[in-house]
Amino acid sequence: MEASLSDAALVARCRTGDQNAWAELVNRFSRYVYAIATQGFGLKAEDAEDVFQEVFTRTFQHLDRLRDDEAIRPWIAQLTRRLSIDRIRAGSRERVSDDEIEPSDVDETIELLDEALSVREGMAELSGTCQEMLDRFFTRDESYKTIGEALEIPAGTIASRISRCLAKLREVLEGRNPSPDPS
Amino acid sequence: MTGRYDEARLGKLLRALPPAPEGWVRAAQVLPRSRAELDDIVARAVADEAFRKALVEDLERALLEVGYEPECLPLDELKRRLDHS
Repeated sequence: MEASLSDAALVARCRTGDQNAWAELVNRFSRYVYAIATQGFGLKAEDAEDVFQEVFTRTFQHLDRLRDDEAIRPWIAQLTRRLSIDRIRAGSRERVSDDEIEPSDVDETIELLDEALSVREGMAELSGTCQEMLDRFFTRDESYKTIGEALEIPAGTIASRISRCLAKLREVLEGRNPSPDPS
Repeated sequence: MTGRYDEARLGKLLRALPPAPEGWVRAAQVLPRSRAELDDIVARAVADEAFRKALVEDLERALLEVGYEPECLPLDELKRRLDHS
């Protein structure tokens, strides 16, 4: 049920002490935080794990003080960025500025991850099979054979099914953000 | 498929967010319970000097003896809170 809640509604539920809502909030943003730390800042697994846990610890601690519940996503992104910089600085022998620590393309990376998260939100409107198939193929790098066996679908039909799922996803996304009228 | 969200673009965006390791996610999901347990442990240590001493001597063993699961608790934070309690 929580998966269909808006970010603001989910934050409000978390604030009441609803542990299922908190679990969903972690689930919703876990890939995003992980990706910012590892792709945006190139943190190694051990450092990324510390940043990951600290982000969610601080998020939990600050739930009562968020100014705008709907802004939880940029708030988490900024926190992950800040903590990743701190982690890199802590491992550096020299004193370095934030600008020297931040990869030059970090803004572009986070922008891409933001869009990727919106696409994942769009996936929630697809059938369970479509969600599972797209996730297995694109983010878990599973072969058609593995996906076919797991979902009990003939492997030979997986490619066309993925294509149809992508077309549905595109409809969902473009329905949310219609392209400008070409005329 | 063409346009802003053609198959190549969607594929790139989907690949951009691989799952975080399951153990990390689980640990973050049980944070509320862990924090409640942390509060209980610190309160008990403040009220019971023998328990505090046992925690200082061997934190994980002392926790196990009273029924907590140390691997599910943020032990560094617990140590900090015990130092300041």
